[in-house]
Amino acid sequence: MNALLDLHDVRRAFPKSGGGELLVLDGIDLTLKQGEIVGLLGRSGSGKSTLLRIIAGLSPPSSGSAIYLDKPIDGPASGIAMVFQGFALFPWLTVLENVQLGLEALKLPPAEIRTRALAAIDLIGLDGYESAYPRELSGGMRQRVGFARALVVHPNILLMDEPFSALDVLTAENLRTDLLELWAEGDLPIKGIILVTHNIEEAVLMCDRVLLFSTNPGKIVSEIPIALRQPRDRNDPAFSALVERIYVEMTTRRADRAAQKGDRATLGTFLPRVSASTMSGLAEALIAPPYNGKADLPEIASELQLEIDELFPIAEAMQLLRLAEIGDGDIKLTETGKRFAAEEIDERKRIFARLLIRYAPLAAHIRRVLDERESHTAPWHRFLDELEDHMAEDAADETLRTVVAWARFAELFSYDDDSQMFSLENPS
Amino acid sequence: MRILPPVSIEARRLLPSGWDVLAALLVLGFIVAFAEASKLLAQPLTLLTAQPLSLAPSHLPEYALRTALRMLIAMVVSLGFTFTYATLAAKSARASALLIPLLDILQSLPILGFISVTVVFFLSLSPGKILGAEIACVFVLFTSQAWNMAFSFYQSLRTVPPELIEAGRMFGLNGWARFWRIEVPFAMPPLVWNMMMSMSGGWFFIVASEAISVGKTSFALPGIGSYIALAIAHKDLNAIFWAIGAMLVVILIYDQLMFRPLVAWAYRFRIDQEQSDDEPESWMLTMFRRTRLFNMASAPFDAFMHWTYRLQPPSHGQSGANANPVVSRLANLSWTFIVMALVAFAVWRIYLFTGAALPFSEVVKAFGLGFLTMIRVFVLIAVASAIWTPIGIYVGLRPKLAGIVQPVAQFLAAFPANLLFPVAVYAIVTYSLNPDIWLSPLMVLGTQWYILFNVIAGASTLPRELRDAGTNFGVGGWLWWRKIALPAVFPFYVTGAITASGGSWNAAIVAEWVNWGSRNIQAHGLGSYIQNATVAGDFHRIVLGIAVMALMVTVINRIFWRPLYWYAERKYRLA
Repeated sequence: MNALLDLHDVRRAFPKSGGGELLVLDGIDLTLKQGEIVGLLGRSGSGKSTLLRIIAGLSPPSSGSAIYLDKPIDGPASGIAMVFQGFALFPWLTVLENVQLGLEALKLPPAEIRTRALAAIDLIGLDGYESAYPRELSGGMRQRVGFARALVVHPNILLMDEPFSALDVLTAENLRTDLLELWAEGDLPIKGIILVTHNIEEAVLMCDRVLLFSTNPGKIVSEIPIALRQPRDRNDPAFSALVERIYVEMTTRRADRAAQKGDRATLGTFLPRVSASTMSGLAEALIAPPYNGKADLPEIASELQLEIDELFPIAEAMQLLRLAEIGDGDIKLTETGKRFAAEEIDERKRIFARLLIRYAPLAAHIRRVLDERESHTAPWHRFLDELEDHMAEDAADETLRTVVAWARFAELFSYDDDSQMFSLENPS
Repeated sequence: MRILPPVSIEARRLLPSGWDVLAALLVLGFIVAFAEASKLLAQPLTLLTAQPLSLAPSHLPEYALRTALRMLIAMVVSLGFTFTYATLAAKSARASALLIPLLDILQSLPILGFISVTVVFFLSLSPGKILGAEIACVFVLFTSQAWNMAFSFYQSLRTVPPELIEAGRMFGLNGWARFWRIEVPFAMPPLVWNMMMSMSGGWFFIVASEAISVGKTSFALPGIGSYIALAIAHKDLNAIFWAIGAMLVVILIYDQLMFRPLVAWAYRFRIDQEQSDDEPESWMLTMFRRTRLFNMASAPFDAFMHWTYRLQPPSHGQSGANANPVVSRLANLSWTFIVMALVAFAVWRIYLFTGAALPFSEVVKAFGLGFLTMIRVFVLIAVASAIWTPIGIYVGLRPKLAGIVQPVAQFLAAFPANLLFPVAVYAIVTYSLNPDIWLSPLMVLGTQWYILFNVIAGASTLPRELRDAGTNFGVGGWLWWRKIALPAVFPFYVTGAITASGGSWNAAIVAEWVNWGSRNIQAHGLGSYIQNATVAGDFHRIVLGIAVMALMVTVINRIFWRPLYWYAERKYRLA
């Protein structure tokens, strides 16, 4: 039996405004078989949503092939339906009208449109809400409409783009369970599901296979089959072991990559927007019992209620500044990190300033330029242009803003956003 | 940023309240009073013709400078009016009951109708001198700029987030400091947008405001407007093109030196704290911000403002808690008394005026003509909508294209209808067309762009997920327009259409009465009725025309546009 979907060596790049291109996805191979739920797991910026858009026919791949039921995807295919992170319901259409829209596009007879829409609404537990407008519904009910709208066209493949991430914990769990039940009982008119997520537990709970994505560019770095029987139990040791394993995979990949690059940030290293106070907060949490300087990443993530999407950039920034080390699913404070965590604010700022000069070449570079110039000022664009030689425009902007925030905390230099000038003056 | 229509949309009631009637009486009464005074004061203005205008392009820079200055003065006066009138309306429930209906009536009055009844009065302020004419001209520009700015500011003041006000109270800011440090910054972004719109409005009426003739009184102030008027009288096409060029230059300079810096500056007052990529930039503002000299120059002003904040003791009181019930009742009583006295005066003036008045048949005739103009406005708004809505959606979904189209449309909105007179007259005479139909497009010439602006703005706010959902489910063709694109822009379209409709009524006076050299072509309608009365100096008919137009515009706004606006807001606004 043929696969539902077959992607081979898919690559996607976007042109940069200053010339050149920004590679988002590279060398993606993916197959979806009948009756399978495949999870795409990775941080934001790993191109998972771009990949989903390619499968949905919303955006073409730059190269490589995307085959759906033996035919190349060259536009929205009628057998592939999508559920969106932000629901994407039309506020001026009622629940029923939203669900009917996809059927109307198929130009079915009105009577059939109505029966099928009502059946889908019934299946997904929305009866009684047919004439409500989306704004009258809670988030969970809205996403149910999103599901009904996707299921009503009887797609072969259901694409889900972080469908539960805009919902609160309880509602999300409720919707996941309902969906898995319908899937297990074979009530859903679909043959395969692709789920994009950055929630590791969600991936382990729902998927038969999880593909891990790296960032910049997005590549599939490993594939983890999940052989647990449905319904799965989060407290099952095998479940926890899988979650732990994925954490380890994701962190070692990072550590390896850092090692390859000579283990040192360069002028062109992308700096995620992590504030000094967030790093202080994590350092404080790490030094306190029960961790005493070293913690298991999944454990501290759930303790601090952080998604991996939120935790990894913080951990990475701390590693970059030698406040902590990451490896094997653990995060460990360095000696400097321990002092940083223990000290008062003024000493912290001094430590941070020293680390910036040593380990953040961009900060050191800006400081040097300001020192050398007679006026001790320099415009924003001077450094932005420099950064854009190394990275995309948005990333350069974010990196520079991060450095400004760090330097402000360390009192290394100051920046005036009105005049867009760096300077050595302090307002005091 | 939400752009609101420049009419009162606050109350959802259909029927006029007592305050609406009082406001209408007040406005009418004062117009009558002005008109009566004008009749007595009317005398030919001889001095101004001593310095004749010239069509030589070498004079244009001077004319352009004078016009630009007048616009600037009018803008400053409009801002002063906005800051006082709108603030009073927003702060005092007593005052707002009258001030808002008053503003509603004032914005419905035809700007060119204003000229005819007030110009003689202004001229009489400094008889025989040019100053009176200058004041009259600035006043006309003011009436074309002030109302929508005041509406915008009022609406902003009413929606200042309560936590900002409370924070201000906790820090002990007194009313004056709160106004300048919280309320004005909050209202800035929409106010700047309305100032730009007002500027376009001013340009549209530039000819009428600089070259005024009411009955025997006529004058032409040196400026681009008068230059155009003269070029039309002399049938000089070259001069028309020179005038268009000069106007373009002045608009560009205004854009670069004033509006772009203002927009970029106002951007920091947006209430949402998200960083966005397309932050507006202005080289002028950046230059200012980086220059020591400018900082030094503005320092005394800052110091002065801070000094004024301290003039009043800091107030920590709760709002309304210290209001004395007796004082409050007294204030109520005296306010009622003042309003009643004013209304009594207005009614008395109207009574005297109509005592010597026109036959009833004249009123019927004015309404009949008003009806013709109304049909024209509706048909043309419909035609303009059918053309610009699809184009606006197409453009709005393509941000790069929108960046090009927006400034062009902005310039076109400022394009005075008079500049197209030669084309209109030539076409109508050559092909012996019916002026009742073929003059009409001039009415929407400047106003159709508001539909385009707003639709572009609406389409560009359509979230990508919604567009993707449409594509994913294969929604295409007519179904896509019907279920996705048109509903998405509908609330924006209504705002644009309200603005365009009000503007078209205003433009009727220019558009229904057209001349090129000695050739005069007219369409039947209320606009040409008012214009003919103006040329003849017939104040009774002028007042009748103005009153009928104001009444019709207000009623149409109430029974058609306002319900449509609320329907669109309720059903189609993206959360």
